[in-house]
Amino acid sequence: MRAFFDMGGYAAFVWPAYAVTLAVMILNIVWARRALARSREEARRRLHMQRETR
Amino acid sequence: MTWTWFHRLASPPYVYALATRLTPWFAWPAALCILAGLWEGLVLAPPDYQQGDGFRIIYVHAPSAWMSLMVYTTMAIAAAVGLIWRIKVAHAVAASCAPIGASFTFAALVTGALWGEPMWGTYWQWDPRLTSELVLLFLYLGYMGLRAGIEDTQRADRASAVLAVVGVVNVPIIHYSVTWWNSLHQAPSVMRLAKPAMPLAMLVPLLLMLLGFTLFFVALLLTRLRGEVLQRERAASWIREVVSA
Repeated sequence: MRAFFDMGGYAAFVWPAYAVTLAVMILNIVWARRALARSREEARRRLHMQRETR
Repeated sequence: MTWTWFHRLASPPYVYALATRLTPWFAWPAALCILAGLWEGLVLAPPDYQQGDGFRIIYVHAPSAWMSLMVYTTMAIAAAVGLIWRIKVAHAVAASCAPIGASFTFAALVTGALWGEPMWGTYWQWDPRLTSELVLLFLYLGYMGLRAGIEDTQRADRASAVLAVVGVVNVPIIHYSVTWWNSLHQAPSVMRLAKPAMPLAMLVPLLLMLLGFTLFFVALLLTRLRGEVLQRERAASWIREVVSA
C-alpha cells in the first residue's frame, strides 16, 4: 500500500496530475449543471414577464 | 434517402427532449470506463522500463489532450454548420463545447508540465507541441471572451463561429508538431497508422480512459446544450412545458 502511494518515487508528480484532472472533471459537472439551471431560471422569468405584460 | 432526421436535429424542442433522455446513457458508461481505466492504469499496469511509475501520468494527460483537440474540432464543425445553414442548434452546440474544451486543455497543459519535470527536467519549454497547445487554450478563451462581449446571441453566434472555424488550423498543427519539428514531446504512440507502441496491459487502460473521457464529454455537452437551446428560444410555447416541471 505504501509502495502504491509512493509511485516509485514519482508521487509528487503523479498524484497532483490526477488531482488536477479529477478537479477539472468535477468542476465541469458542477458548471454544466449550474449553466442549465441558470438558463431554466431565466426562461421561467421570461415567461412570467410575458404573462404579466399581456 | 430521407433527411427527416437532419431536420429534426435542427428543431429545438426535439433536441432539448433528446438531450435530456440521452444524458444518462453517456454519463454512466463514462463513469464505468473511467473507474475501470483508473484501476487498470494505476494498479494492474506494470511500471514502464524507463519511466517507472511516472508514466502513469499518461492515463490523465493523453485523454485530456485528446479532449482538447476533439472538442475543438467538434466546436469548429458545429460552428461551420451554424454559419452555412443558419441552424440555431448548431451554434448552441458550438457554444456548449468551449468551456469544456478550455478546461481540458488546461488539464492537458498542467499534467504535461507535471510529466515534463521528472522526465525532461523542465515544467515548461517553448517547444512546438507545448506552444501550439497553449495557443489552443487562448483560442478557447478568445472564443468565450468574444461571446461574452456581444449581448445579442445571434450576433455572438456568428462572430464566434468565424473565430472557431479559422482557429481550427491549429488542430493539425498540434497533432503533427512532433513530426514536423524537433520537439521534446514524444511522437504519438496510439493515434497513428501503425500498431500502437505499447504492450496491451498499458494500452487497454489508456483506451478505457480515452473512451470514458469522450463519453463524459458527450454527457457534459448534452447538459450544456439544453441550457443554450433555452437561451435561444424566446416565447416558444414548448419552453413553458419544460421549465414549469
